[in-house]
Amino acid sequence: MKFDNYMILEFPSRSCNESFARSAVACFAAQMDPTLEELGDIRTAVSEAVTNCIVHAYPNDYGMITLRCRILKDNVLDIVIKDKGIGIDNLEQARRPMFTTGGSDRSGMGFTIMESFMTAFEVTSAPGKGTTIHMRRKLQRRK
Amino acid sequence: MHLTSFLQDGQLTIALTGEIDHHCAKQYIGAIEGKIEAYTPRICVLDFREVTFMDSSGIAVVINALRSMSRIEGKLLLTDLKSQPMKVFRASGIDKLVEIKEVYT
Repeated sequence: MKFDNYMILEFPSRSCNESFARSAVACFAAQMDPTLEELGDIRTAVSEAVTNCIVHAYPNDYGMITLRCRILKDNVLDIVIKDKGIGIDNLEQARRPMFTTGGSDRSGMGFTIMESFMTAFEVTSAPGKGTTIHMRRKLQRRK
Repeated sequence: MHLTSFLQDGQLTIALTGEIDHHCAKQYIGAIEGKIEAYTPRICVLDFREVTFMDSSGIAVVINALRSMSRIEGKLLLTDLKSQPMKVFRASGIDKLVEIKEVYT
């Protein structure tokens, strides 16, 4: 696939890296001249995906999270967030709004928000092997 | 996490600041619950004026505050939301459960 620019980050699943990850993606996306709303949507979706890795993929230990961003043609930002954690047994259930296996400090809205804030969203998971979130956001070209 | 609060005529206003994510959500939930239990206000206002970013962790913060307020039969209000947190609340449908007074655009 043809792409213009990319970046890859790897960091441990510490919750302080949630703000680092969304800020890093926002800084990378800045070269695409996004609107404030687009940037807000991207930061929110990245925050949800990374939080899922921290809370669910590695519940008892720290593990590695890989984040890859690419700029595709037609001003599309392509984001892949990957962990090698416990995986998701029941994807359909996990994607249901308000469903969570987390505690009362979780809302169960992560997947719903990623889906509604991005133009394309896909999750693949293998129990015991890990989960990959693949999402895309097409940015409007400003005139 | 940083918050300030004041109580006047049975109304507790709690001002949240900065970015609300999973990293700080537990602290916010605990602090808000503590203040509601201590002051048992009739109305609790969560002031979002200084909130620059919020993900779905903020929904859990509001749901927990809503629970604390319904235990004492009080009312919860959210004020001064910027467009990013407002969009997260709309996507979750929580704007139908809680009164949101004002939206900053």
